[in-house]
Formats: sequence, C-alpha cells, structure tokens
Amino acid sequence: MADQLAVHAEGLRKRYGDHQALDGFDLAVGQGTVCGLLGPNGAGKTTAVRILATLLRHDGGHAVVAGFDVAKQPIEVKKKIGLVGQQAAVDEILTGRQNLEMFGRLFHLGARRARARADELLEQFGLTDAKDRAAKTYSGGMRRRLDIAASMILAPAVLFLDEPTTGLDPRGRSEVWDAVRTMVDEGTSVLLTTQYLDEADQLADRISVIDHGRVIAEGTPDQLKSRLGGDRIDVMVHEQAELVRATRVLGGQAEVDEDRLLISVPVRDRVAAFTEVAKALEQANIDMADIALRRPTLDEVFLTLTGKEAA
Amino acid sequence: MIALRWTLVDGWTITRRTLIHWVREPAPVIFGLLFPILIALMFAYLLGGAMTVPGGGDYREFLIPGMFGMNMLFGLSATMIAVRTDAERGVTDRFRSMPMAGPAVLLGRSVADMLNSLLMLAGLIVAGLAMGWRPHNSLGETVLAFLLLVLLRFALVWLGIYLGLVATSPAATTALQTLEFPVGFLSNLFVAPSTMPSWLGTISEWNPLSSTVAATRELFGTPGMGGESWIAQHAVPMAFAWPLLLLAVFFPLAVRRYRRLSR
Repeated sequence: MADQLAVHAEGLRKRYGDHQALDGFDLAVGQGTVCGLLGPNGAGKTTAVRILATLLRHDGGHAVVAGFDVAKQPIEVKKKIGLVGQQAAVDEILTGRQNLEMFGRLFHLGARRARARADELLEQFGLTDAKDRAAKTYSGGMRRRLDIAASMILAPAVLFLDEPTTGLDPRGRSEVWDAVRTMVDEGTSVLLTTQYLDEADQLADRISVIDHGRVIAEGTPDQLKSRLGGDRIDVMVHEQAELVRATRVLGGQAEVDEDRLLISVPVRDRVAAFTEVAKALEQANIDMADIALRRPTLDEVFLTLTGKEAA
Repeated sequence: MIALRWTLVDGWTITRRTLIHWVREPAPVIFGLLFPILIALMFAYLLGGAMTVPGGGDYREFLIPGMFGMNMLFGLSATMIAVRTDAERGVTDRFRSMPMAGPAVLLGRSVADMLNSLLMLAGLIVAGLAMGWRPHNSLGETVLAFLLLVLLRFALVWLGIYLGLVATSPAATTALQTLEFPVGFLSNLFVAPSTMPSWLGTISEWNPLSSTVAATRELFGTPGMGGESWIAQHAVPMAFAWPLLLLAVFFPLAVRRYRRLSR
C-alpha cells in the first residue's frame, strides 16, 4: 500500500525551541494526484514540505517520498523530487535559458543535454520568446513558471509546491495553475500548500487541512464541503429595510452581509428548502434581487474547522 | 573519487554562474575595479603630501602594498551578500533539494570570489606601477608577496561565507560594509602605526591585515617596513599564521553551518 503512494508521512514531529511546528503530522498522497495542504500561517505547512523535500530533518515519525525514506535515503529522494519554494528561486541576472542550463548541469545532465532540456522546458512553459532575457525582467507569473520549469528538469515523480501563487496577480495565478495542470497530465504527483482556498479547490484532488502542526480534516473538496452541513441558500435584496425583514423571515441561522445586502442560510433538503424559502419571502412581500442555491465555499469550511479566517 | 569529481564539476558550474554575471552585468565588476584605484589615487595625491613614512621613502610606494591589502578586505561584504541573497531568494534551498554534490555550492562561491579578487588585484597592480610603485627584490620574493595576499583573501572569503550563512538580518550586512573601512584604517595600510597613539598603534599592528601588508612591503622591498615590536619583526611568519588561523576557524564553521541548515 505504502509503495503506491507518492508521499506517505506518519506521525511527523518537529520542534523549534518551545514551538512544536509539527505534532504528529500524517499525510498520504496518491500517485498522479494533487494533494492540497491547506492551513493558516504558522500551521506547519512549510515545515512539512521542507521535511518531505529533505531540506529539514524531523525529530520523530517517518516519511517516504517516491518510495524512499527521506531521513535514510535523502539522495535517492532528491533524484525523484522537484521543489518550488515560496519565492521564485532563480538567478535574477541569468537569462531564463541560462538558469535552466545551470540547473540542468547541476542535475548532472551534461552540457549538451542540459541545453536541450532547457529549450524543451522553455517551450513547454511558454517562455521561448523570453528565453534570452534576464529573469529579473520577467513578470511574476513568468518568473514562477521558470521556477517550476527548473524543478521539472528531471521530470520528477513528486513535485512540492509551497504557496506557488502567493504575491501573484490573477493572471499570474492562472498561468501557474495551467503549468501545474500540465505537469499532472504528465503523471507527476503534486503536494501543494496554499492559503488560497479557491486554489486548492481548482487544483487538488484531495485536501488536507492542517492546523497547529497536525491534519484536522482530510477528504475531497466535495467531502469537506458536505461536512459543513450541506448546502446554502443565498438571498439578495434591494435595500437595507428589506434585509432586516428578510432576516426575520429566514430565522436564526441566517448569516447577513450588510454591505452586499446578502443573506445566507444553511439548508438540509436542497429543493424542498429552496421552494419553502422562496414562498416564505414572497408571502412576506419581500422584493428579492436574487436567490440562489449553492454548495458552501471552502472558506466557510475552513472557518468552521479552524475557527480562523483563511489568510 | 566519483564524489570528488562531482564536487569539482558542480563547483565549477556554480563558479561559472558568477562569471556569466560579469559578462551580463559588467558594471559592478568595473566599479569594483575602479574603486580601490580611486582610493589609491586619493590617498597618493590628495592626502599623500601630508604623509611621512617612518625611516623615509616615497609615500606612494608605501601606500600601494597597503591598497593591495585593503583590496583583499573589500571583498568580504560582497561574499557575505552573495551568500545571504541566495539563501533569502530560496536559491540555496533549491540547490539543497537537488542531488548535486553538497560542498560544491560553497566551493563554487569561494572560487568565484577568488577570481574576482585576482581581477581586482591585477587592476590595482597596473595602477600601482603607473603611480611609481615597483617591487625591488627578487621575482621569488615578489611572487611570495602576492601569494600571501591571495592567502589572506582566501581566509576572508570563508569568513564571508560563514557570516553570510549565520547573519540573517540586513542590518548585519550594513554593519559589515560600514566596518570595512575602519578595520582597514586601524592597521598599517595607510599610515605607520608608530604615528598613532601607542595603544591604537598596538591594536593596528596586531590587525591581521597589518601582518600581511608588512610582509609584502618587506618582500617587495618598499619603504615603511618594520617597527620595533615583536609582531612587526615577525611579519612574514605572521602573514602565514593569521590567515591560516582564520581558515582553521571559519572554514569548518562555514561547512558545518551549511550542513546544519537542515536542523
């Protein structure tokens, strides 16, 4: 069983002085899947990734990545992984191509193969036009793509992405998401940490929610959303006075967003509840701007599980 | 054997990265080349008129070996900044996550910085010759003088690497940059320690830079050598001892610190 997992961690512990960064951290990432590791700042996401990527030694527990023990066979693990850290770890002065060539040589490809691989990756990540420009002239998204390309030189079995879109604009984020999807299509397993819930929702097959150094919930995005008690109905009204009246009609569980004139109620039986709510509001003579039935967002799941707002 | 080979190959790849920097962005290299020459000109022609060399002799001939020594010190903060920047940008982590030879990162850095300082030294030698400085002794002594300078630089590179690995705040970098000049002045580089208040003169004589520079003055046969104190009388052996002592301390510390990044 463990052999079929791309990443398998059991009971990982790491302490920095008084701070227990990881406190019995468990994780299983299936081969060819994307696992999202979701948690607030300081939850232990980066510590977990650094241990799994052989950068940091753990105090307890054990971890197997691509079939090798991270503590006992770090060199074997290094040959099988790619790491994309929180900042784009590329040389600013070198061109995109020179960066990839340098990393290719350090992966011991030899000069000629390093160059050929650099050109392949530049093509694959849409950087061919910018290949002879210094990396510092790249946009955030381009720099990140170059960074990801550098981690893909050996076509690793497992890729670690530590908050890959932090600080990027929406366009940069979607560029990075596309790059990640490209790699998953080629069979790479991905462990992605993020504070952005929509990012995990977009990319991850399974999500582990981490807080205080341990995983507190795990499942597919849909499973996690259902754990919150099913669906919600959003009602939007035209003016403040109606917001107050509608809230009275919808009862105690309603959450009110005064700025957006929006009321949100959790419901159990989707269709029946929808009809009921619509009818009740109509009888109370409330003029709705909009009414919609929806699944809870991961933000709501996150808030419920950790008691903290994400990011 | 295979491990050693990869250490050298990977080390060269890291060094090569710096060489590509020089080609792509020559401005810092040119500035680095001109700066010590400018300082030398300033001291020689603006301040030099007021300087006297104990025992007589031309101040410019006295100054140039001092400038060679200063040049060895100037690279210290550059080394530290390069190491620091790689760590901050995550480049060090990327190297460490790769199956490359572990010591190669530090080796490559030290070779690149040595090449840089040799280039600066070459520029300064040309400027020194133009300003009237000459080695007066045998070729062997002249070569030994330059080797002592290179040895000092090598020791300072490893001090810089160590500082770059341990100092995590930008303030530490600024402090080091600010200290380079005072440390350079608190020595025999620009003026003879015998002209200073005696306690300062003693500190200056025990500055490791002073031993190297005093030794090179002796070996070049340029004026201003010596002094009565024990340390001044033993300039050449101390010019070996100081850098070797620095290396014995900071080389293992730097390597250990790099290995312990995983703690």
